[in-house]
Amino acid sequence: MLQIDTWKRVLIWALVVAGLVLAAPNLFYNRVESHNDAVKAIEAQGSTAEREAQASVWPTWLPSDLVNLGLDLRGGAHLLAEVRLSDVYAARMEALWPEVRDVLRDARDEVGTIRLQPSDPGILRVRISNPDGMARALELVRGLAQPVVSLTGAGATDLQVAGDGSDIIVTLSEAEQRATDERTMQQSLEIIRRRIDEVGTREPTIQRQGSDRILIQVPGIGSAAELKEIIGTTAQLTFQPVVGRASSAGESAGVGNEVLPSLNEEGVFYILETAPVVTGEELVDAQPSYDQNGRPAVNFRFNPSGARKFGDYTAENIGSPFAIVLDDEVISAPVIQSHIPGGSGIITGNFDIAESTNLAVLLRAGALPAGMEFLEERTIGPELGQDSIDAGKLATGVAFAAVLIFMFLSYGLFGLFANVALILNIGLIMGILSAIGATLTLPGIAGIVLTVGMAVDANVLIFERIREEIKSARGPARAIELGYSKALSAIVDANITTVITAIILYVMGSGPVRGFAITLGIGIVTSVFTAIWVTRLLIVMWFERRRPKTLEI
Amino acid sequence: MRHLRLVKDGTSFDFFKHWKLWLGISAFMIVLAMVSFGVRGLNYGIDFRGGTTIRTESAQPVDVGAYRDAINALGLGDSTISEVFDPTFGPDENVAMVRIAAQDGQEAVTAETVASVEAALQEVAPDIRFVSVESVGPKVSGELIQTAFIAVGLAIAAVLIYIWLRFEWQFAVGAVAALVHDVLLTIGVFSEVGIKFDLAIIAALLTIVGYSLNDTVVVFDRVRENLIKYKKRPLKEVLVVSINETLSRTIMTSLTTLLALFALFALGGDVIRGFVFAMIWGVFVGTYSSIFVASAILLWLGVKRDWSKPEAEGDAKKAAGGASV
Repeated sequence: MLQIDTWKRVLIWALVVAGLVLAAPNLFYNRVESHNDAVKAIEAQGSTAEREAQASVWPTWLPSDLVNLGLDLRGGAHLLAEVRLSDVYAARMEALWPEVRDVLRDARDEVGTIRLQPSDPGILRVRISNPDGMARALELVRGLAQPVVSLTGAGATDLQVAGDGSDIIVTLSEAEQRATDERTMQQSLEIIRRRIDEVGTREPTIQRQGSDRILIQVPGIGSAAELKEIIGTTAQLTFQPVVGRASSAGESAGVGNEVLPSLNEEGVFYILETAPVVTGEELVDAQPSYDQNGRPAVNFRFNPSGARKFGDYTAENIGSPFAIVLDDEVISAPVIQSHIPGGSGIITGNFDIAESTNLAVLLRAGALPAGMEFLEERTIGPELGQDSIDAGKLATGVAFAAVLIFMFLSYGLFGLFANVALILNIGLIMGILSAIGATLTLPGIAGIVLTVGMAVDANVLIFERIREEIKSARGPARAIELGYSKALSAIVDANITTVITAIILYVMGSGPVRGFAITLGIGIVTSVFTAIWVTRLLIVMWFERRRPKTLEI
Repeated sequence: MRHLRLVKDGTSFDFFKHWKLWLGISAFMIVLAMVSFGVRGLNYGIDFRGGTTIRTESAQPVDVGAYRDAINALGLGDSTISEVFDPTFGPDENVAMVRIAAQDGQEAVTAETVASVEAALQEVAPDIRFVSVESVGPKVSGELIQTAFIAVGLAIAAVLIYIWLRFEWQFAVGAVAALVHDVLLTIGVFSEVGIKFDLAIIAALLTIVGYSLNDTVVVFDRVRENLIKYKKRPLKEVLVVSINETLSRTIMTSLTTLLALFALFALGGDVIRGFVFAMIWGVFVGTYSSIFVASAILLWLGVKRDWSKPEAEGDAKKAAGGASV
């Protein structure tokens, strides 16, 4: 009859205790948070007395996972960025031009003179003066193509080369575009992550969404504009050959060249070849330092392939100037004095120490491979978040108290059992949220409050059923037993349908909606557990002690 | 000790004396809701139509006219300013929401636009603070609204299939009719009252779907049980008995949920008030619809009564086995 195996009892209590222990750190939120921050700091930057003291405010043997507070509760910034993937195609085609030029120049007898034609970004259009040599030219350019490095694009090559009259048209093949998109997204994510880490903020969310979007959420930051500044600074460093000087930005530079202004000297413009010799992507290190005159500068080092290109170029072009370009501004355009073989160098300009430090950080983090467009920006001030937390706490408390009183009035002792289950239920929700590192948002708090209201539903179903069974004049033990077993199918059906909506909300929703779906889903699972198992165990334990002849329910 | 009983024992209210009238009223309400939706439309938040909202806070009273003049001078097109009132605000908390339409040809509102609005408002109220600034570009907002509709549609479809598997198709039709009724009436109320309709409201809509369904399923579960128990009684009587038997539970659960929601409505702050309002409304229509729409439609469609037939029993067992994992 009314029996629960000992192992089941132990298991039920063990699960409850585990949940409550996991939830416990949230009661001491600030203390645990400063402990966690200190532990992280010790790991990253070594131990200091102050950090050790801070870390010891919470014992290490206790769980220290906390529920993350969402942006709407803590304040911070949210950005949804779309990466302009086609930027990379354009950069690739630009970089390809010198190679195409060199290989065709070697076959000048067959194809005649070659000239770069203006074209849309992402398309390289080259005109040859001898159209009869087109077949040979196409063959040569196709020879530059490389196999695509990706699982899906196996067997394909990266370039698509076609002839159009006397023009050769080169574009990236579709397989290569897909592979490039993937790389661009990975790189963008990585760079954004590194830049935000450099600023040192707590629990940022950097997630890829769909094929070309990135969601960035940083709690505690002042505004979305600030966040954009941190990730949006491109710090694109290139070394480009100098063709000549210009007096204005509007001066025509010729195909394959561009006019860029000088960073420090007003009114000075340089005409540069668009295709860079080396780019910042091949940097392995950049550190702030000083030049021989003691002015702040930045030391840099290339990776082997960058070092080789840089070495070859400096060896071949001694005596001619080359430009160090940062974000489309010429930092300096020194004349190459000698061959620079080691792959390291120094950037000097009129920097102050802060600028040189900042530049080194940006160079180290690398440039974003493509531009970004911001589709969604949200800033939530910390005070609004605090207001929401306070309001949420108060509302949850009042809702909780009202439901507890109401349940006691309606079902007496059984209502108390349900209330114990309800309190444990909230503990379990917080425990699970902390353990999986979920984020609590304002709608999430609403989800918990709703769960409080709905969690009693399972118990109400059971208790009402027990009342009915008592009416059919069965003994108390039998009535309880039947009450539980007969209510079960309604409980299961009702909760599965709610779980279905929670899952759909989670999959389709974003941001706050997702937070709501998580708490709703977890709340359903825990409320079914506490309602069915915990209250039943409580009732059985009570029943074993008292052996009542009639049930007051 | 006497416990609180909201529904007297042995209550047998004849819910279906005028069931056609109830269905008619529900249908009429839906038509009314759709007319309101057609005429007034929803007050979409920036999530769904793009643009920027700025929430301001100042110790001085909000002068909506002065704010409007300051912003109109910038020539940013359609903008609205509304003061926010809330009992939880202190005396020196004067909050306003400023909404600026999406700017032509810009995916997201630029920092300069926001900065210019902020500067203009600062001239009107020097101590003004901008506690939240949110911008959504038209591209995303278009997708968000599409995803939202798909989510609601998917939820309803999933439920239809689940109930069909667990019960019979007539139950599924009844349940889904009740859901559609609830969702449409909620949309009608939102267009009539003009509360901001944003992403959170979609979450509320789906919760209403879940709640209403919860309620319907509990009634249907009892109907199924009673159909087997009282093989000879007419369907109408079985439905009335089932609803009366579950009435106490229906009222209890609605009340506890409403208690929690009213606490949130009164004390939870203005940010989620619209969201909570939708859920409170949902509890009312959800409870109403499980009796007067879902069960009434079940009565209208009729149900296969002979649950003892071997293949029917096999079906029921299979379904129960499939779901009790």
